Amino acid sequence: MAVVDSVKGFGVTFRHLFRKPVTQQYPEYKRPVYPRFRGRHRLHLHENGLEKCVGCSLCAAACPADCIRVVAEENTAENRVSPGERYARIYEINMSRCIFCGYCELACPFDAITLGNEYEIAEYSRDDLIYTKDMLLAEPIKKIPVADRELYDTPIPYYKDHS
Amino acid sequence: MPDGFILTLVKALVLANLVMGVFAFLTWLERRLLGRFQVRLGPNRVGPFGLLQPIADLVKLIRKESILPEGISPVLYIAAPAVSLFASLAVFAVIPFGEEATIPGTDWKIFLFISDPSVALLVVFALGSLSFYGFLVGGWSSSSKYSLYGSMRAVSQLISYEVSLALAVIGVVMMAQSLSLTGIAEAQSRDGLWYVLPQFLGFLVYVVASTAEVSRIPFDLPEAEGELVAGYHTEYGGMRFAMFQNAEYVALIAFSAVASILFFGGYEGPWLPGPVWMLIKMAFFILIAMWVRATLPRIRYDKLMSIGWKVLLPAATLNLLVTSAFVAWRA
Repeated sequence: MAVVDSVKGFGVTFRHLFRKPVTQQYPEYKRPVYPRFRGRHRLHLHENGLEKCVGCSLCAAACPADCIRVVAEENTAENRVSPGERYARIYEINMSRCIFCGYCELACPFDAITLGNEYEIAEYSRDDLIYTKDMLLAEPIKKIPVADRELYDTPIPYYKDHS
Repeated sequence: MPDGFILTLVKALVLANLVMGVFAFLTWLERRLLGRFQVRLGPNRVGPFGLLQPIADLVKLIRKESILPEGISPVLYIAAPAVSLFASLAVFAVIPFGEEATIPGTDWKIFLFISDPSVALLVVFALGSLSFYGFLVGGWSSSSKYSLYGSMRAVSQLISYEVSLALAVIGVVMMAQSLSLTGIAEAQSRDGLWYVLPQFLGFLVYVVASTAEVSRIPFDLPEAEGELVAGYHTEYGGMRFAMFQNAEYVALIAFSAVASILFFGGYEGPWLPGPVWMLIKMAFFILIAMWVRATLPRIRYDKLMSIGWKVLLPAATLNLLVTSAFVAWRA
């Protein structure tokens, strides 16, 4: 009966009126991102202060959006930047092109580049979206809450087990 | 004009602005309430509880470019929203919010209505239909198929539901022996009961048909955004669009006021002063309309027509027959 069902519907909406709203008020409350969230990139250092990146450009080759630019240069005794033979003199990521697929992370043989947690990376100018090596190496200014790894992380992915 | 020309003018100005203020408040209230019905918050950013949201919206709409699309009839296109808004607003000229009252602190006596013609109910329905001319002309003159469809629907919907609406109201008129809204309100306190009880069928028909008259969900086919973009106001923007929305809300307020007078005794009630009772009853009807909007989906167009002609019209006619038999027996 359409009429009875309509009346039932009024009951449903009336009950919902007294529920607690599920809205998360974003700028004040930031929902924790999942542990494997792919945000903006970071470059990492070894514990002794040397850069992990050796300028091999595998990330740039893997990038489907072609947003990574690496210009490598030889390490010398006076200027040792990375433990390998060469280092990245220029390392730029064009965030306006990046699709956050994470292939750069997979391609990197030294885990030098990873995708971090930040997602608030909007800018007013496209130029500001080109991240240089210094920006990628620096500690992120904004701290994004991350959800509990025990609760939310998925099992070790296939590619990490079998490669 | 029982109060003289100047005072009537002042009252009209005050009432028109009050209605506009209530309209602004209602846009906020409806959005907040719909939000809560859907377990979200609704606008809460501008001002305390988001109360200044209507002002922010107004500023945005006023600053928008006034666009005249190609191929329109400019005069009709510009006039249509004004016609709708004027007709909806003019209904308040005959709606009584109370009897003669003394302004507190003075011994000035004023009537709490602008005018009280003996055929007030006819004026209400005449003006209510007039606002549909705005929808018709606005949709027709904007040279867009969606607008045209929207306005066609608005008019055919009006024709289908106006009949049942008028028939439903005639029952009340026969019981009260009056077409004047103050007369009907007084007849209910004289008879000692609200006409919602003896005229329950008529009340139901009135509520359904007036929802269609103010084209609100589930009868908002003239502006069915799922099919017609925005119906008759597809090509309107900025303040002209706002005037159409305004006209709809004002019509909702007006029809709530008429419903509370016809079926719930209007401003008559114990303890509280008349206008307060009137506002409480109007708020009740407006909240019901918002609840309906949160609950029911838009009905299909052929069902709209069949409900209008095959359900409401026979029901209203039956109500009329029974009422006339009762009135004849009483007399």
